[in-house]
Parts: sequence; structure tokens; C-alpha cells
Amino acid sequence: MWRVGHTSLVISPRLVTITVVLLVVGAALGVTAMTLGTLRLSFGEVIAAVVDTSGNAQHDRVVRSLRLPRVVTAIFAGAALGVSGAIFQSVSRNALGSPDVIGFTTGAATGAIVQIVVFQADALQVSLGAVAGGLLTAAVVYLLSRRAGVTGGYRLILTGIGVSAVLGAVNGLLLVTGDLDQAFTANLWLSGSLDARSWTHALPVTVGVLVVVPLVLPLARRASLIEMGDDLAQQLGVRVERTRVLLMLAAVALAGLATGAAGPIAFIALAAPQLVVRLTGWRRMPVVSAAAMGGCLLMLADTVTRLLPITAAVPIGRVTGIIGGLYLIWMLTRAKQV
Amino acid sequence: MASSPALPTDPAPGWGRGRPHPVRSTITRPRRWHRGTGLLLLSVVLVIGTFASATVGTRAIPLATTWDAVFAFDPTNSAHLLVVHQRIPRALLAVVVGGGLGVAGAVMQALTRNPLAEPGLLGVNAGAATAIAAGIAFLGVTDPSGYMWLGVLGAAVAGAVVYLLGGLRTGTNPVRLVLAGAALTVVLMALTQLILVNSAEQVYDRYRHWMVGSLAGRGTDVLIAIGLLTAAGLLLAHALARPLDTAILGEELSRSLGGRPARVWATAGLAVIVLAGAATAAAGPIAFLGLAAPHLARLLAGVDHRWVLPYSGVLAAVLIVVADTLGRALPANGEVSVGIMVSILGGPFFVLLVRRRRMVRL
Amino acid sequence: MTSPPALEAAHLTLAYESRQVAHDLDVSIPDGAVTVILGPNACGKSTLLRALARLLRPKTGQVLLHGQDVQRLTPKELARRLGLLPQSSAAPAGITVADLVGRGRFPHQRMLRQWSHEDEAAVARALAATGVAELADRAVEELSGGQRQRVWIALILAQETPVLLLDEPTTYLDISHQLEVLELCRRLNRDQGRTVVLVLHDLNQAARYADHLVVLRDGTVAATGAPKTVLTEQLLHDVFRLEARVITDPVFGTPLVIPIAARDSAAG
Repeated sequence: MWRVGHTSLVISPRLVTITVVLLVVGAALGVTAMTLGTLRLSFGEVIAAVVDTSGNAQHDRVVRSLRLPRVVTAIFAGAALGVSGAIFQSVSRNALGSPDVIGFTTGAATGAIVQIVVFQADALQVSLGAVAGGLLTAAVVYLLSRRAGVTGGYRLILTGIGVSAVLGAVNGLLLVTGDLDQAFTANLWLSGSLDARSWTHALPVTVGVLVVVPLVLPLARRASLIEMGDDLAQQLGVRVERTRVLLMLAAVALAGLATGAAGPIAFIALAAPQLVVRLTGWRRMPVVSAAAMGGCLLMLADTVTRLLPITAAVPIGRVTGIIGGLYLIWMLTRAKQV
Repeated sequence: MASSPALPTDPAPGWGRGRPHPVRSTITRPRRWHRGTGLLLLSVVLVIGTFASATVGTRAIPLATTWDAVFAFDPTNSAHLLVVHQRIPRALLAVVVGGGLGVAGAVMQALTRNPLAEPGLLGVNAGAATAIAAGIAFLGVTDPSGYMWLGVLGAAVAGAVVYLLGGLRTGTNPVRLVLAGAALTVVLMALTQLILVNSAEQVYDRYRHWMVGSLAGRGTDVLIAIGLLTAAGLLLAHALARPLDTAILGEELSRSLGGRPARVWATAGLAVIVLAGAATAAAGPIAFLGLAAPHLARLLAGVDHRWVLPYSGVLAAVLIVVADTLGRALPANGEVSVGIMVSILGGPFFVLLVRRRRMVRL
Repeated sequence: MTSPPALEAAHLTLAYESRQVAHDLDVSIPDGAVTVILGPNACGKSTLLRALARLLRPKTGQVLLHGQDVQRLTPKELARRLGLLPQSSAAPAGITVADLVGRGRFPHQRMLRQWSHEDEAAVARALAATGVAELADRAVEELSGGQRQRVWIALILAQETPVLLLDEPTTYLDISHQLEVLELCRRLNRDQGRTVVLVLHDLNQAARYADHLVVLRDGTVAATGAPKTVLTEQLLHDVFRLEARVITDPVFGTPLVIPIAARDSAAG
């Protein structure tokens, strides 16, 4: 709690501490990741290259145009997914909520697959196709589930399932009937990737997170009231449906930015908000902390993958899946009650 | 009721809903005498559909010839051979797979007290997928019966893991079960993808055809093996019909009504694993059927599981037979896999249903 | 009642999507009194309450709060003047009693005034009034049903509104806790002059605690007025399909309903 005169903000010291720790860990992981590669650099060399005092043209080029964009993409795509998941878990009143709820992930896949298999598009067009597909699907699901001006959480989920089923079938059809090379490429895209990221990938998601997250912050209190029931929230003076629509818009935009930057990444949206809540005991919808956790998780997954002594291609979207899944399994084996 | 609860089995962790929500249910009460007749009618539709399905294919065979092939088989008649050795086994396999998935879905939704649950959630689909991807990549398996045995193996292993992890043996916590299934699915699908992206394109080529769910090329051997497995699963489910009605009321109430929740749970879990595993091994992952069929069944038959289970099974069978038939009849050349057809046909219908009326809640 | 009504609903048509619940309903809630809404199941009690609190927008008609159309107030303005406890709400997992009750202060807060001294004082008052002050740091989940219900009431009290609507606040409670809640409502009215509207099922509790009764049947007002004039054997027969005797409560002098038999609905 922080109070000066008539101004007061509710702040949990534990939440702030943990958020700061996460930000520091994320940055440290980022620097670590930038030392890795064919050209091994020291921490000092990396930092020097980032802040423009290295004087070594090769270091500057490798770090600034190859490694930094990848790290920035990882951190901000993770952050976007973390916030997006937090919002959907709150709106759907379900700890398993994620952008999948509204069909976003399947729609994005459809967009990307169409671009790859039908139009043989380049990487940027694929990203744009994915974002457009995801946004369009989310809009369709929202509109279909709206009745009498209200979207019940339950109806939203069911509609999302129905629409996702159709799009999933379309994806399958495209992958089966498409040219094998292109289908293979599409499948690779579906695994998510942080390889060969440039500033074209990194910038949109970075700017997006920096713009959207502050807009979400003031809505978090309302979201937490809505979780207690539409009626209760509304009688407390919350414009329920408007808040919900704004939140979902933000969440879908964030998921779109992340998908455009790195393809579909499993599990971050699901796990980041949950982990934050467990660590901090914060009972409201986490925003900045969920972003920090999401960024950290994705950065960690990427760094671990690159440290692995294997030659096989290991797509990042799948690594997060394996790590997250194993974490859940480990949790289940030790917890009596989940 | 503007604030409908998302899922009755809300996972407790996190900041989600804490106070258990009072059960709200919109129960449709179909008149009793309708349910028996309805089931009979649906079964008739299913039989007709199965026959009709056998007439469709790259070579159209008249209904009369199909009839003769079954009831007056002539081994020298190539059309008869085609019908008896390929078309009928395929159509019957569709019925078996559909029926198994429909019943498994209804059991699964009752078991987890979650109307959004589907058999695939338990991770058996993913288990089959991983085994088959590995089989294609490392063992060079290429034929449907090879897929089937690999699928059975993978589904069995995944089923065993989820059985232990999900606490089916010891407790009755739906959230734990769903989480275990979800975790296993994520890991297994990731492994599958890792195998695929690191293998030759041909491996992916075979896998993609399996992945969309297909009945093409499945012969009598697959039918017999899967038929037996499904029969076993259906027997388990049959024994469950009445206990599920009390199990659905939650552990405490169910116990006070004289039910044995733990045993019902273990049996139900086993039934779902067997039925879903067999179906996936036979035809690949067919999404959506196990989710949607029980909803339709409850709409027609109410919430009594002695009716929901058979209705769900028969409805799913009808849907999959129709989907398989249309998948072969509609495209000018080749066929659209049954898994794709099921979702393309069922998805819009499902959305319409959600919009038109309130889904019958569990 | 000579002062103008606290809440006045005129010509309300209420419907959920296509299902109409009430048509041309006129209800008046006297200011500074305890009003109890009675009626058989599914007669529109909760719906009326939701309409009074603007949770449900009437198809026709309007609701006046102290003479002002509620549709013209901003959500927060309305929330500072009228509080409603819905029938069911969900407490976030792990939240403490004080935190939950604190959420009732939302209408008094702004972005840069998230937790003022007034907020703290209001929460303390609400916790004390409902007798849950000693539970302030406990998790809501650990509480018994009765305690939990009082915590929810505390949340609405912390809102500090002159008008309070409570939808079946006595459900889940044993008889002594039921009386506690009703006594609390009466105190809020007598000591602080708040207007209290309750939906209740128990006829005798209604008779004892209400200054004013509104009896609904099938979305229309069957009777309204003081308990003594409203609760007659004929009304119980007509509205509740109940064969009953009404005598005078020997202790409180309010009407006392002695149910004899449920009238066979087929015969009626």
C-alpha cells in the first residue's frame, strides 16, 4: 500500500519483489543467450556490443542484428502470451483458459497454413496470415457467442470449440492434400520458432506489449470483480460486458503479436499466470508479473534448448510444451491434491 | 443467468472461482416412451446408413448387389468381393469407432463432471500418435494394421500413465485427471513433432494421412481386433450406466446414495481409455465426435445415463458413417478423410446448437 | 409512508431473451423501511430485484431511485447509492475475508485513489456489523456456510449505500444465523436509516421483520402493504396454494402463519 494525501495505490511488496526478480532473471538469461552461438562471446562483450562501446564491428553485427532480435522476440512474445493467458483465464473463469478458448490458435494456424500451402508465401506474409487468421477467428467466435448483448463464459467456450473443430479440419485437409514440401514447411511453422528472427519479428511484438499492457493494467481490478460473478461486479459499478470485450481485444491482440513473431508457442499462456499466482499469492488478475513470468519462461526454454548437446532440430514451441508438460506431471506426482 | 459458470469442474488452483457453484441444470424432460422408440429409429437409420455407405466408393455398387453380397455371397463376383472384403468391414469399423467414441465421450463427461471433456483429453490419442510417428520413422511401418498395433500399444502406455498420474486408482479428482491428461498430451505431441521435423519428408507424408483420421484401407483384421477391444470397453461402460448417474452428483452425495465413487471412477477411466484407444488405433485421432455426441444425446434423451450412453454411441456412429460416406461421395476424385468430414459437418451444427438453445448441463 | 419512495418501478416489462417474466409491473419500495418481497418459486422475485438494481434492462418502463431514472446514472454513481447481494457469487481462491470485503469499496475508488482511509474505516465497520471482524485474515474458503454468507453481506455493507437489496440472504444458514442476518438488516434500517429490501421464503420471518411486504405472483404484484393487512388466509391460498391459518404471534404481535396443507395444484 502506498498513500500520499488523497492518492493511494494498492501494491503488494511480494508481488513487486517477485516481478523485479523475474525481470532481472529474464535480462540475465537474455545476455546469457547472446553469448551462445558459433561465435562465443563473453558477457562483457555482449553488453558492450549492445550498448555500442565494443568497437568490434563483427561483434556489433552478430549481437545487434542476429542475437538481440532473437532475445527480444523471445522475451516480448513470452510476455504477450503471459498477459494474454492471464486475461483469458480471468474472463473464462477457468484456470485452464488460454487464447485457444476463443479459437485463436487454430485460426492462426489456418492463416499460416493457407499462406504456406496455397499461396507459397514468404515468412513475413505467413506471420501476417497467422495474425489475420487468429484475429478473424476470435472475432467470429465472439460474435457467434453473443446473445442479447452478453457473452456468457460458457457459451464462448462452447462456440470456440465448435469453430476450432471446423478450422482444425480445414487445417488437416490443407496439410493432407497440399504439396508435401509445403505441408512439411507448414508443419514446421506449427512447431513455433525463434530461429532467424530479425527486427521485423521483434519490433511489432515489443511495441505491442509496451502499448497494450499499460492499457490492460487499469482493467485488472475490474476483471477480478467480474470473476466473482457478473451481477456482483455490475452492482459494484463495473461495466461488465464492455470491460470483458476490451480485455479480450487486448488478449487477442497480444496473442496475435506473439504468434506473428514466433509462431504458436505452447503452454506459456497457460503456465505463466498460474505460476505467478502461486508465487505471489496475489488474488487479482496478474498483468505485469504475468508478462515478466511469460518472458522469463520463453527465454529460459530457448536458452536451455540451445545449450542442449544435440544436433536435432528442436522447435521452441515444442520445447515449451515438453518443459511445461513435464512440470505439470512432476507437480501431479508430488501433490496429493491439485 | 448472465454469469454462467465456465466449467463445473473448475480447477481450484489460481485465483479462479473458489466457492463451489450451486448446481444449475436445465433439464429437458423428453417423455419416457419416446426414448426407446427414438433409439430404435436411430439404430434403423444406422443400419441403412451402413448399407448405403457400402455402395459408395471409387466404384459405385448398387444397393441390390450390396445386399446380395452380404446375404447371397458369390466369391466369383468382383463386386461381391469388394463389398465383403473392403466396404462392409470399413463401414462396420466406422460404426465400431463411432460407437466407441460416442460412449467414451459420455462416460468421460460424466466422470469429470465437465461437459467440455472429451476422450482425447486423457492423452490416449497422443500416445497412439507418438507410437505411430515413431513406428513410421524408425521401423518403417506403412500399413493400416501396423498402425493399429502401434496405436494400441501407444494408447495403452499413455492410458496406463494417465491412470496412475491422474489418481484414477486412488481418488476421484476430475481436475487432477484432466491435468494429467493435458500434460501428457502436450509432452507426447511435442515428442511426435520432434520426431517428424527431424525425419525425412516421407515420414511426415505418412503421418499426415494418419493424423487426420481415416478409415481407408482398414480390412477385416483391423475390424476384428478393434471390434473385440471396443466390445470390452462397451461392456465396462454398460456396467457403469447406473453408477454414473450417482457419480455425477459428486463424491459426497454419491457415497451417501450408496455408490462407490472410487470404483466407479477406476472403471470409467478404464472404459474411456480402452474405447478411445481402440478407436484411435483403428482410425486415427477423430476429434469432436466424443465431445459433441453426448451433448446431442442429452438433448434427445435427458440426463439418465442408461439412455445417454446408448444414444451417444448410436448418434456418434450415425454421424461417422454419414461423414465417411460423404467423404467418399462428394469429392470428384479421391476421398476426404473421415476425421475431417466429421468436424466439418459437426462443427457448424454444434455452433448452431449452442446459439439456438441452452446446452443441457451436466 | 408519507416520504417519497426510495425505489419506484413503473410499467416494467421484464424478460430474459424471449422468456417474459413480468409485464406492466408497478412496485414501490418505501424509503427508510425494511421491505420484504415474497412469492412462490419462479414468480420473478430475483428478476425484479435485478431490474431495480439495473442488472436487467427492462423492455419497457423505468425504475426511479429517489426520483431519478437509474438508467441515467453512471454505473459507479448507482453503485454508491444502491447495493445488491446476488444469490450466488464466487470468491476467488485463497482470498481473505478482509480482501473480499474490501472489494465492496470499488465504487468509491478511482485509479489514483485505490485505498483511502475511508475505505479502511468502511471495511472495519462492515466487518464489525456482521460479526466477522475476528475472521478478517482468514481465507474465505475455510469458513462455514453461515460465516461465508455474512462475509458476502459485509461486502455489500462496505459499499455503504443508502439502499440495500439482498436476494435470499438467509439461504445456507441455520435458524440462529438466519435470525442474526435479519436482526442485522433491521439494525441497519433502525440505527442507520438505510432502506433494506429482502427476498425471503419464510413467511413468518417476513411477517416479523418487514415494515412493508410486496407479494408477487407470476410477475404481477398480488398484494402490497403492511404484513398485518397483506398476510391473510385468502392470499396464502391464492398465491402460495397453501391452506393455512393466520393468527397473531403471541410474542411479537405480528401475523403468524400456520401452514396446514399444500393445496393440490391439480384441483386448483
